[in-house]
Amino acid sequence: MMRYQDALTDTAQHAEPIDAVDRQIIVATQAGLPLVAAPYDALAEQLGLDVNDVLARVAAMQASGIIRRIAAVPNHYALGYTVNGMTVWNIPDELISEFGRQVGSLDFVSHCYRRPRHLPLWPYNLFAMVHGCTQQDVDEKIAVIGALLGDHCRGHEVLYSKRILKKTGLRLKG
Amino acid sequence: MDETDRRLVNRLQEGLPVSRRPFDEIADTLGLSVDALLERIQRLLDDKVLTRFGPMFNAENLGGALSLCAMQVPRDRYDEVAQQVNVFPEVAHNYERDHSLNMWFVLATERAEQAATVIAAIEQATACKVYDLPKQEEFYIGLKLAV
Repeated sequence: MMRYQDALTDTAQHAEPIDAVDRQIIVATQAGLPLVAAPYDALAEQLGLDVNDVLARVAAMQASGIIRRIAAVPNHYALGYTVNGMTVWNIPDELISEFGRQVGSLDFVSHCYRRPRHLPLWPYNLFAMVHGCTQQDVDEKIAVIGALLGDHCRGHEVLYSKRILKKTGLRLKG
Repeated sequence: MDETDRRLVNRLQEGLPVSRRPFDEIADTLGLSVDALLERIQRLLDDKVLTRFGPMFNAENLGGALSLCAMQVPRDRYDEVAQQVNVFPEVAHNYERDHSLNMWFVLATERAEQAATVIAAIEQATACKVYDLPKQEEFYIGLKLAV
């Protein structure tokens, strides 16, 4: 366990894509943005910064992709999307970029990635999360992906979650 | 949820401008005062319809990494191994799934090169092999759940 902690400390010395002030802003907002009419003014006051500096830094982090967007994250279950399947597909490597884009553009697919195979146990290289309100709804959506991939798909499975064992977000240390 | 809540949940998933008064335009569109809008957002958070509202950070662009990992955990040690895995702060999500690979977790590390260190430590703690499935290409992320 010591070796593990030492290794983490060691790698934390490398160059940062953000500076200390950006980091303060991230730590202050990772649980959420203040729910007031002028949230960046509140944030600036909390951190002892100028509001224009805060706005410029948040805009720069959004432009560079550190922030995807300023938005709400819905609870799938509360919105009725109770059937959530991780669909995995075995696609020839030379076709995966094209088919990945097509599957990812379907409006019911939330995450779509290429990942490595682990043969012989795990032959799948395309992952697509599918969400629906009923099993039939999800089955129909999976059939749409299957039809899109056609004979190029050499096998697929759907893994449903049985239990959430842990769920937290990204947590930077302050 | 009423019709205004539904429109609000859909709209809030799309993203707000980075400006001094980012809620004004939405309030105007929905015919609400900003105070009434903020009260609704707070209620949706309190009722757990929304899990979070704010900047959505991308770990990769912060220099870190998110990796999906899977393990084949023996049935009789399942809960014990779940505890051993969850104790690592880098384990962000962990799900039990119906498959011979029956434990799936996401590792979020502040530095990309830390992932291998954490995986080795998890293998040592659990005596289970970790199948590392880092993304090689991202085709899409960010479903909008229509309500």
